[in-house]
Amino acid sequence: MNVIRPQSAPGRPLAATQGLIDVDIHPRPRSLHDYDPFLSAEMRQRLHTFGIRPRHGFVKGTPYFKSQPLACRRDAWPENGTPASDLDFVARQHLDFHGIDIGVLNPLQPTAQGDQNNPFSVAMAHAVNELQLAAWVDRESRLKASIVVPYEDPEASAREIRRRGGDARFCQVLIMSRTSHPLGNPKYWPIFEAAEEVGLPIAIHAFGYSGWAMTNGGWPSFYIEEVSEHATSCQSLVNSLVLEGVLERFPRLRFILIECGFGWLPSVAWRLDKHWPTLKDEIPHIKRAPSEQIREQIWVSTQPIEEPPRPEQLLDCMSWIGWDKILYASDYPHWDFDDPRTAIPSFIPEAHRAAIYGGNARKLYGF
Amino acid sequence: MDLPQGSIDVDLHPMVPGLSALAPYLAPLWRDQIALRGMEGFDTQSYPPNSPKSVRADWRPHAAWPASSVELLREQVLEPWGVARGIVTPLYGVQLVFNEDMAHAFTSALNDWTRAEWLEADPRLAASIILPMFNPEHAVAEIERCAPDPRFVQAMVLVMGETPLGRRHNWPMFEALVRHGLPLAIHAGSCYRNPVTSLGWPSWYAEDYAANQQAFQSTLASLITEGVFVKFPTLKVVLLESGVSWLPAFMWRLTKGWKGVRFEVPWLDRNPFDVVRENVRLSIQPFDAPDDADTVRRVMDHLGSDEMLLWSSDWPHWQFDGPPRLPPGIDAGLARKICVDNALSTYTRLAMETVR
Repeated sequence: MNVIRPQSAPGRPLAATQGLIDVDIHPRPRSLHDYDPFLSAEMRQRLHTFGIRPRHGFVKGTPYFKSQPLACRRDAWPENGTPASDLDFVARQHLDFHGIDIGVLNPLQPTAQGDQNNPFSVAMAHAVNELQLAAWVDRESRLKASIVVPYEDPEASAREIRRRGGDARFCQVLIMSRTSHPLGNPKYWPIFEAAEEVGLPIAIHAFGYSGWAMTNGGWPSFYIEEVSEHATSCQSLVNSLVLEGVLERFPRLRFILIECGFGWLPSVAWRLDKHWPTLKDEIPHIKRAPSEQIREQIWVSTQPIEEPPRPEQLLDCMSWIGWDKILYASDYPHWDFDDPRTAIPSFIPEAHRAAIYGGNARKLYGF
Repeated sequence: MDLPQGSIDVDLHPMVPGLSALAPYLAPLWRDQIALRGMEGFDTQSYPPNSPKSVRADWRPHAAWPASSVELLREQVLEPWGVARGIVTPLYGVQLVFNEDMAHAFTSALNDWTRAEWLEADPRLAASIILPMFNPEHAVAEIERCAPDPRFVQAMVLVMGETPLGRRHNWPMFEALVRHGLPLAIHAGSCYRNPVTSLGWPSWYAEDYAANQQAFQSTLASLITEGVFVKFPTLKVVLLESGVSWLPAFMWRLTKGWKGVRFEVPWLDRNPFDVVRENVRLSIQPFDAPDDADTVRRVMDHLGSDEMLLWSSDWPHWQFDGPPRLPPGIDAGLARKICVDNALSTYTRLAMETVR
């Protein structure tokens, strides 16, 4: 939540006794030219002439205008450049200030994931990954990179995963939530095979443009709708992962839903459980209750934290998902950034808070 | 828990046996086209007639088309369960037709079929006015045409249309509904103008059915953020075959979003969850929570209202086996509200008739 107030004092949450791990930090290039050293001449020319071509109409910005410039905290802008484009600034304002032990980088834009042109998306993913190492991870040992994959070209994605999978600087595979097909579609299975093979979890970050209307009843009018539709898109994604049989086919694969919200997950699992028996004729490949599969193979991140009217309701929801499945995320530098000290409410029992702050992420990523 | 006395079933689905059944209610221009063009019927992908989900096995007659007569409804629901009143809502795909004029004509014919073959046949029945969905003028005309008959107690659109329901072009429809004191029912199902997920077309029918849960969230978000309930504060919206347990978490998210970016929708001057508790009702079938009393009580606590749920069997869709049973954890007082009182306060027309 964007609260304009005097800068609070630095400090980390006392309950972070198993470390403080932030699974959602968004680095940006200083400019598109940062990618130049890692692109062929042809791709460089394309990037600077035609630019990224996402599956929406605007050359600059997003179809639903954000609530503030680049959706970022007002105080996250360095003197020169854009938020989270300057390592020293990020280290000072976020890593040092909140006492973050490990931060996971999730490059969102401009990365050309989901671009209309697959070869361009492939080339850009390679460049984004190289830049994460050169500009961030190799200079700051607290940061871990994501393998950004050109997911609409699953074979190329699988190659990128296998190329980087043994490199400990990368801790996960990163996909945007709005893919052009529901993510469980067999089209994407090469990605899952590769990720399972190299033993890395797949992080789904809310965002991207599928090319389809943002609701299954057409295009909404407002940014506030787009924001809440991230949850519905992720619900369809989870339905697809379960009903296509992905979770059963790749039993060692682990998915992390980042910035997707999590309050909806129990209801989605219950709905699938409810209808699985009456639809068995169609989906005989589903052998285990969907809620069991979800409980075992899907993790969630906290930001933006759910805010039900009463504390017990958040506890209900978290216990339904599983206390071992919840990871702290800040979403730095975005406007709805969650301060670790205030976002994880103190009515959550201390042992659970410790797990959310760090213990769960340590187990999941093997940090 | 068993059903209380006088229960009202708000979600019954007569199935039109074929286009020829509508022929008597069509003008020659449209009636002749059925044979001329070899039209094959309007059953929709939302409820494929042979799917076990669409018709419960023991409700599928040997010789007849399922759910096609009042006799079947009496025999399968009204008599064995002692249902006092029922609201019938045919889901025949007249709302999918692309030709606006044809859609209007077949929708009117469907409403006339419902009146003649169901309402006239059993005094316990009330019905939904099925609305054309792609021309608001046609929708208003159909409301005006049917509303004088008090047995039409609500109007119905499918949850997945071409554009989100709250969009301003639909407001004349809301104005007409409010003027006649008719709730707007939004039923599961798609017009297939968009893929049933925002990620494109899924592989399985199971995903299509599951997608309704997302559609209800998007539709409520649209109605709320466009300001429909600010402009029409007395409009009641009834979600049919929507599921229930998704609502609280969805409202937490929308309310949080509203706190963050309310400058974008300045007309929205109340907490969205309060708006929903006042204006929105949900049918209880399917009830998408585990079959244990503790979880059900928690879900009810998250809903924060005992006035929102309406009982339904969803006949002939397969949501349960044997006779209906309310979810565990619901006490007699709440059961009475869900099965009787909430429906009477939602459907003023039904209440007037029941008193009479």
